[in-house]
Order: sequence, then C-alpha cells, then structure tokens
Amino acid sequence: MINGFIISVIVLLILISFIAGRRRAISVVDGKVNLLKSLPQHYGLYLAIWTGLPAIFLFAMWSILQPVFLETLITTSLPDSQRDIDPQTVELLVSKILNMANNGFVNEYHDPTTKILAERLVNWRELGDAALLSSVITISVILGFWSYTHIKSKFQARNYVEKVIQLFFMGASLVAIFTTFGIVLSLVFETIRFFEKIPVNDFLFGLEWSPQTALRGDQVASEGSFGAVPIFIGTLLVTLIAMAVAAPIGLMSAIYLSEYAPRKLRDILKPGLEILAGVPTVVYGFFAALTVAPFIREVGNYIGIEIASESALAAGLVMGIMIIPFVSSLSDDIINAVPQTLRDGSYALGATQYETIRKVVVPAAFPGIIGGVLLAVSRAIGETMIVVMAAGMAANLTANPLEAVTTVTVQIVTLLVGDQEFDSAKTLSAFALGLTLFMITLVLNVIALHIVRKYREKYD
Amino acid sequence: MTNTLLKGFPIKEGERTETISKRRERRYAAEKRFKILGILSILVAISTLFLLIGNMINKGFSAFKQTYLELSISLPENKFPNEKQISPNVISELNFKSFLKRALLKKFPEIKSRRDKRLLYKLISSGATFDLQDAVFENPKLLGKTITTLAIASDDVDQYIKGNITANNQGRITIKQSKWIDKLVDDGVINQKFNLKFFTNGDSREPELAGILGATIGSLLTMLVALALAFPLGVAAAIYLEEFAPKNRWTDLVEVNISNLAAVPSIVFGLLGLAVFLGFFGMHRSAPLVGGVVLALMTLPTVIIASRAALGSVPPSIREAATGIGASPMQVVLHHVLPLAIPGILTGTIIGAARALGETAPLLMIGMVAFIVDIPQGINDSATALPVQIFLWADSPERAFVEKTAAATLVLLTVLIIMNLGAVLLRKKFERRW
Repeated sequence: MINGFIISVIVLLILISFIAGRRRAISVVDGKVNLLKSLPQHYGLYLAIWTGLPAIFLFAMWSILQPVFLETLITTSLPDSQRDIDPQTVELLVSKILNMANNGFVNEYHDPTTKILAERLVNWRELGDAALLSSVITISVILGFWSYTHIKSKFQARNYVEKVIQLFFMGASLVAIFTTFGIVLSLVFETIRFFEKIPVNDFLFGLEWSPQTALRGDQVASEGSFGAVPIFIGTLLVTLIAMAVAAPIGLMSAIYLSEYAPRKLRDILKPGLEILAGVPTVVYGFFAALTVAPFIREVGNYIGIEIASESALAAGLVMGIMIIPFVSSLSDDIINAVPQTLRDGSYALGATQYETIRKVVVPAAFPGIIGGVLLAVSRAIGETMIVVMAAGMAANLTANPLEAVTTVTVQIVTLLVGDQEFDSAKTLSAFALGLTLFMITLVLNVIALHIVRKYREKYD
Repeated sequence: MTNTLLKGFPIKEGERTETISKRRERRYAAEKRFKILGILSILVAISTLFLLIGNMINKGFSAFKQTYLELSISLPENKFPNEKQISPNVISELNFKSFLKRALLKKFPEIKSRRDKRLLYKLISSGATFDLQDAVFENPKLLGKTITTLAIASDDVDQYIKGNITANNQGRITIKQSKWIDKLVDDGVINQKFNLKFFTNGDSREPELAGILGATIGSLLTMLVALALAFPLGVAAAIYLEEFAPKNRWTDLVEVNISNLAAVPSIVFGLLGLAVFLGFFGMHRSAPLVGGVVLALMTLPTVIIASRAALGSVPPSIREAATGIGASPMQVVLHHVLPLAIPGILTGTIIGAARALGETAPLLMIGMVAFIVDIPQGINDSATALPVQIFLWADSPERAFVEKTAAATLVLLTVLIIMNLGAVLLRKKFERRW
C-alpha cells in the first residue's frame, strides 16, 4: 500500500517538474523559443530527471534494505535468554515474529515477548515508511529547485538529457554481464561449500550416486555418496541418442529446404518447423512419458527384449525430435550463406545437384554445420523437462539405451524440488552439478559460436 | 574424375557411350535417393508435430466435457421466513451433502445395505455439495423448493462414461457401481456438459474439480513481470550495442557474453534465482515476481539479439538523412531508426515471450511448483504457471488427470501457436526490403 503511494507521489513529482521545467524555459526567454539552446521539453526532461531519478534510486535501495535491517534489529533486541540458543531457533523465532507482524495478530498461543517484538516491528516499519516518504519528497523537491535555477537560455539541456538516456542504455547492456556474474558467483559459492563437505575427487570420479543423507540427526541412514560419473554417463547417453536422431534429420531437412524445395513448399514447411521449435519442452516430456515410452516398451515386448519404462531411448528419441528444428534452422542459415558462385561453378563442370551438395556445398558449410551441431549438443545436455518426465531418477552406471538412466538436470530438479535444508550436502550437490552443467555448456557454446562467427565472416 | 575418364579411353566408341550413360543413370539414381531422403526427413519432422498435436487432442479433448448427474433435490423450509435476509450461518449449517445423497438414493430404492449406499454416494463428487451450497447462498429463496440441479460426478464415473476405465471389482469402478451408472445413463440422469470448471477453477486434488485458471493467472502475472523487465532493458541494450557502443574489446566481451547467455540451459537460470533472489534477497518463494525476474533474465538475450538484428537492418541512408537535417545521434535513433525497427523488435520479443511462457525448469527451482488451490491475486502471492501445472498433473497417479494434462497442454499449445503465428505474420506484414 505504502509502496504504491510512494510510487504515485514520485510519478506526480516527475510530471509536475516536467511541466514546470518546460514553462520555466519558455518564460526565461520571454516566449522566444528560438533563443533557447534546446527545445523546451528538454528542459522539462532535465528537471524531471533530477527530481525523479535520485528519488527512485533511494526508494529502490530503501525497499531492499529495510526488511534486512529490521530483521537484524529484531534479532538483536531479542531477550538474552532466547538469543543464546542455537541460531536455528533464533531464526525460527524471528520468522514467527515477522509472520505475526505481517498477518495481523492471531495471537492465542504466542508468548508476550514475541508479541511485544512484533508490535515493535510494526511500529518500526511504519516509522521507516514514513521516513522514506518524507526523505523521498525532500530529496525530490530540493534537487528539483536546485536544477530549476539552472534553466537559462544558454543551458544545453538536450545534451544533458541525452547523456542520461545513453547512460541508461549502457546500463541495460550491462545487465547481461551481471547475470553471467550472478550465475557464476552463486554457483561457485555454493559449490565451494559443497566441496568442503565432499572431496572434489569423490564427486568427479566417484562411481556411485545416492545423495540420500539422513534428514534428522537421530535417523539411521547411509551417509550418501556423491560420485557423479553415472550421472555424466547417463547425460552423455541421452544426448548421444538425441543427436543421432536430430543431426541427420535436421541436416537433411535443411538441405532439402534450402536446395530442393520449391519456394511455395518452403514457405509452408519453414513455419511448420518453427512451430515444432515453439512447442514447450514440458509438452514433449508429457508426450514422451505418455506415448513414446509405452510404445517402445510394447515394441520391446513384442520382439522379446526387456525395456525399462523410463528408458534412455525414449527420452533421447523425443529430445532428438525437439532438437530437429534447432539443427535445421541453424544449418539452413549456414547453407544459405554458401555463395551461389560456388554452386554455379560446380554445375558448370557437369555435376548433378547431389554431387554439388555433397562435394561443394556441404564441405564449404562444414565448419558452420559443426558449430550448429555443437550448439544443439549443449542444448540437449541442458534440456530438463523431457528427461525429468521420461528418464529415470536413480543413477545407473550403464551404456545400455534400453535401461533407465538419470541425467544432470534430472538430479538438480529432484534434489531441489520440495523440502530442502539449505546446508546439507544433498542440496549443495545440486549446485555443484549446476556448475558442471554450466561449465560444459559454456565451453561448447563458446567454441560453437566462435566457429559459426568465423564461418559467417568467411563468406560475408 | 580424370582417372575414370582416362580409363574409359581404350574402349570402343559405342561401349564408351554405354558406360557413360550407365554411370549417368547411377548418378541420377543417387540424386533421386538423396532427394527422397531429404523429403523423408522433413516428413518425419512435420509428422511428429502432427502426431504430437493429434495425440494431445485424442487424449485431452474429452476433458472439455464433464459428466453431471441431474438430480432433483428437495431443500428444507426456511426456518426464519420472516427475516428479510437469511444469514449465511443458517445456510452453512444445512447438510447439503445429505440432500444430494437422499436425491441419489431415491433413484435406487432397492439399495439397503450401508456398504452399497456408500458405494453409491461415491458416484458424486465432493464438489457437488459446494455447488449446491453456493447456489443456495446466491438465491436463498430456493429454500423449501424442489430444484433440479446438476451434481458433478466423481472422476471415476466421468472416466467410466468416457470409456477410459472399465469396471472391475479391484478397480476404481466396481461391477455393481457400473450397473448403477448404466441405469442412470438409461434414465437420462447422467449427462455430459461443457466443462466450464476446467477454465474457472484453480488446482484441486479431485480431478473433476481441477482447473487451469490459477495456473493461467500465474502465467499471466509472471509474463507481465518478465516482459516489463526484458522488453525495455533488451531494447535499450540493443540500441546501445548497435548504435552507440565503440568497437573495442569490452563491447566484444559484452556481445560474446550475450550470445552465450542465450544458450545457457534454462535450469541454470533457475539456480540463479534460487541462490540470488530467494537466498540472498529473500524474496517470496513461489511468487510470480521471482519467476518473472528469472524469466526476464532468460529472455533478455533473445530480445537483445532480435532487436539488434532489426536495428541493424535499417539502412544507413535513414541515419544519414536524419543527421543531415540536424538531428542529434540520440534523436536519429529514437525518432527515426527505432520506429522503423519496431516490427522486427516486436517479432523477436513475441518469440522470446512464447519461449518464456512455455518454460518450466527454472520455475521448478524457485518453488512455483507447489500445490496451490487459490487464484493468485498479485505478483507476490504463491502461484504456479501453466507449464508447471502440466508437469504436476502429468505426475499425478489418477487416470482422470491424464486427460486434464492433455487438455491443459492443448490450451498452452493453442496460445503458443497463436503467438508464433502472430510473430510470423507480423514479420511478413512489415518485412521491408530496403
């Protein structure tokens, strides 16, 4: 509520200052606008920037920091008797107080201390919100008046405004960098904590994966072993099956579309492939689990082979189908980039179209195609929903596509969905797997994108 | 090539043409085989699309119909006829379940044993009670009258009517129950109607009551947040990189970084959301706000790449002309280049949004996978999204959830295909060759 109010106050201030700035600029030159260095609205924008931006910044920082600050304040003001217990209990107590403050006082069972603290928290929060509102208004008004005095006929407001806009554009382009940093930092941080509990070698080269650790201290359960090799093998197996389907079919479709298909047919088929690419992976997963896996099992029964109902084959096949449009559209672009002169030269020597494609077009496009296939591989490795729904959960060290295997992504999902304690090796291992996944796909992507880029430059 | 030609030389004139024409036949045959292979592969790709959609229609279309029992129920007299308004308490004290049971029992006077009665009552869904109660709440004048109501049938009856399960004594529908159902069908008591509940309900443990509204609203809120962040940031970043950035190592790094980010597995973004937004910033678990931010980060590279392509395809002559009449670089971009690039930018954004809408894995990581009955009211409420709902239902053991899953898939696919086609049409309509 209060946030909405503050935002509308800021918006109102911005509007007022825009109008005021514009008016001021016109009145400074007695209405002779051509004496101004910039258009009147630039002066308005200039004023709006000064009243708006610092206020918005303050508001954003305050909204992020206030809850954290209040929480520490509450924690420190807990009576000593309760603060000396273990940190988890304190955390629980604090969250109880927060809940109480958030949801009003449903207070039959709560003891007086928590109630007092919750009341205090509400008071503080109101105080903080009031302080925020008043400081936002003060800052806006002071800066607004200060910049108001700057508006003179010689003042180059446009340059100023454009600088600020450009800074915003630049900041936006940095978001992608921050995202990468965020990914790397968060994964690395949690992975390091994981490796404090489990040695790196056990993770990378261990042959057994069963992350079930005891949930409670008194529970009797196995220690849990974190050897990731079976998962890597499983991922590799599913990826191989997927690529065995996607690479030839995708490539052949691309060749047919770009070299043989008449224009009209191409105009129909290409959107068809695009729709195939737009089908969400969860739908493919459902399709795999509902139709493909039982079908494969039936076929296996018919010819007398035992096939697991969550076989790597089913997941891999469907994943391959999912990747076909990806491979085909990448290869299509790349084949189209091969200059027509190369083809014409080949035809002039009397080669048929097939011979031209096989001996001239494909070799010329080969690096690009490899790049595209590598990108597809990275996609297959990182694909989640199909394998979650159609592949197995238990790690199984096998290269047999008819058995159930598990993959890196499946393990991440099973480890992190549902109740989790934040510090257990089990939860942290998901981040270690995530980091491995990120590194592998990163390397593949960098290589692939480099190849594709180099290739494009060659024929540009 | 040369070798084979030379090898042919000592052969007499007639034989030579024969070998050449034989070879030519072979070459043409290879050509044909290759072409057929191409047609086959594209057929495989396209036919799987049809297979998939056909499969979903086949499995899911029946979910748009729901089985009801038409029962006439005599409601008790209003105990306080003089009061103008009947207080809700009076109504909620009434035992609507027993009214339904009595009405159903009336159809089978021969059933006496308690066990059989219990089996009989199982034909009606627990939701029917609430429906009846709501109807009376809305119109208290119904009290004391005999009304005909459509009581929603339990999922097992529904599935039996649709032919998805058969009756046997170990299964969900016993032989005895099936006979009752058959009789009810013959009497015209059991009917099928359009399943409105599927579109107006949230999730439920009871398949016959489960609907997609909650998940749809969740998806909508998530997409709103994602687009509100990704579109302006993406376009701004694209403008900077395409129009203003100096060509140096730093911008090279940014570019490589963006194209890499576009290929990072989506689940990694989920891990980012879990560690940073939930762990570090302490945002609400399961909230569309977090989901939207994560999906925005995921969509951002797509929007940037598409926007850059669109900006880049605006010819330099436009820029030069604008500069020539005195526009500043910023005015050139904002007044002239950007408006011309907008169709391309929108196409890219729609495709990116469609992908985000179908995304499941990152949402699983940030807890948008909980069982949530309520319809989310804001971006900080707990919610699921449509693809996550599909995933949850696909995991449910009840047979009736299979058709729900397929039906939800159909809804999602329809939306996505419309979005993708819209993008294709937009591109066609505004495609300009300069």
